Amino acid sequence: MSVPRAFPHRHSGHCETGTLGALLRDRGLDLSEPLWFGMGSGLFFLHTGLLKVGGLPVTAYRVAPLAIVRSAARRLGIRMRYERFRDAGAATRRLEELLSQGLAVGLQACVYWLPYFPSTMRFQFNGHNLVAFARDDGGYWLSDTVFEEVVCCPPEALERARFARGAFAPRGLLYYPESIPTDPDIEGAIRAGIRSTCRQMLDIPLLPVGVRGIRALGRDIRRWPARFGADRARAQVAQIVRMQEEIGTGGAGFRFLFAAFLAEAATRLAVPGLQDLSRETTAIGDEWRRLALVGAHICKGARTDASAYEELAMLLTGLAEREERLFRELRAAI
Amino acid sequence: MKADEVPQDDSVLEGRLRACYALDAQGHYVVVASRGWEVERIVNEHARDALREGLEAVRLRVVAGKASALAYHMTARQMDCRLLAANTGLSRFRVRRHLRPGVFARLSQAMLERYAHALGLSVAELRRLPGADG
Repeated sequence: MSVPRAFPHRHSGHCETGTLGALLRDRGLDLSEPLWFGMGSGLFFLHTGLLKVGGLPVTAYRVAPLAIVRSAARRLGIRMRYERFRDAGAATRRLEELLSQGLAVGLQACVYWLPYFPSTMRFQFNGHNLVAFARDDGGYWLSDTVFEEVVCCPPEALERARFARGAFAPRGLLYYPESIPTDPDIEGAIRAGIRSTCRQMLDIPLLPVGVRGIRALGRDIRRWPARFGADRARAQVAQIVRMQEEIGTGGAGFRFLFAAFLAEAATRLAVPGLQDLSRETTAIGDEWRRLALVGAHICKGARTDASAYEELAMLLTGLAEREERLFRELRAAI
Repeated sequence: MKADEVPQDDSVLEGRLRACYALDAQGHYVVVASRGWEVERIVNEHARDALREGLEAVRLRVVAGKASALAYHMTARQMDCRLLAANTGLSRFRVRRHLRPGVFARLSQAMLERYAHALGLSVAELRRLPGADG
């Protein structure tokens, strides 16, 4: 099987930033994944038992699906077109039409039905993003940026993945840039992205999100074994670690991706102070990785004593302190 | 994390690689392709074990005649009544009723096809447990 057309695929840490980057690179605007992530103010933290996935509390290290695409495009003056469909046949016809015009198209899909995913990763999750860039007799050619190479996917599988129902149902969503400014204000978008990230992490009142969400989780987590029992507490810890590492975050729940963004911002904006904050973000990311390691020991049953949960609590409390200071300094630097 | 510290632990990726961000020797961020991390394998297996155990419990209920084959196939697709209802356009109440073996056995061909389509199975597969006869 030969690929019907060249596509500038690039292996990426995260599906949404990878997809957005690939769509724009194909149209001549080649920016790094960390830059898209920062301009789209992707970084966040949320942990709440009020929302459940598979019976477990929701943990998120990033903003809602598609929010990065929307924010980054808006800040750069890119006009995106989004189309959803009630009918799978219409969605497929529209996709074929756009592909036959030579356009590459962003798609939202459910991971479970994508046959090229490793079997271990096929969970019911509707928020995955990928690019379709060509069609031939074998099926659709996809640039799924969390993998190293482009893949060819049978039409029935893709249609099923695009019309899976449930939370964040894609409803056949496809999206692509309609117009791209010749001279987008990247520096302005970087500043806006940083300001918005600081707001998300510091300023949202009442809800357990951002830095306060991390602190609240640190407070609660030491009581989990007593409150939920050992098995359920373990399952909840596993879920946190999976959201942080498994789903494609570039490592440490997007903290390394954000550190890379700050390093690039330091150069582009000529604000050397951002370089120090990038280094601090890396150190914070390393601390999140330590948290994941302790969490894995708990899951494996290697550590069953209360001291393990106490250690998670201490790590989270420390992370909340450090991230609060980071985002305050970041706000002052910009 | 430094580039040479990125774990290469053959874990859950079945030979695929994951893009991780890490610092090279000059202190610049680069993408490093990782074979996986032991930590990921542990938490991924924990989650999949839970799914497997849940599925085995349902399978035993089907064998004992306490639940229909639909209950098994729904669980095997990592769905609950709510998600299967959303995928078939039926009400949750009706889906729950169809998990009873007696009710399921009397379903019309059209209804069976609806479930079979939503679950990506043939009607024949839907009506029995995998590996079972007839």
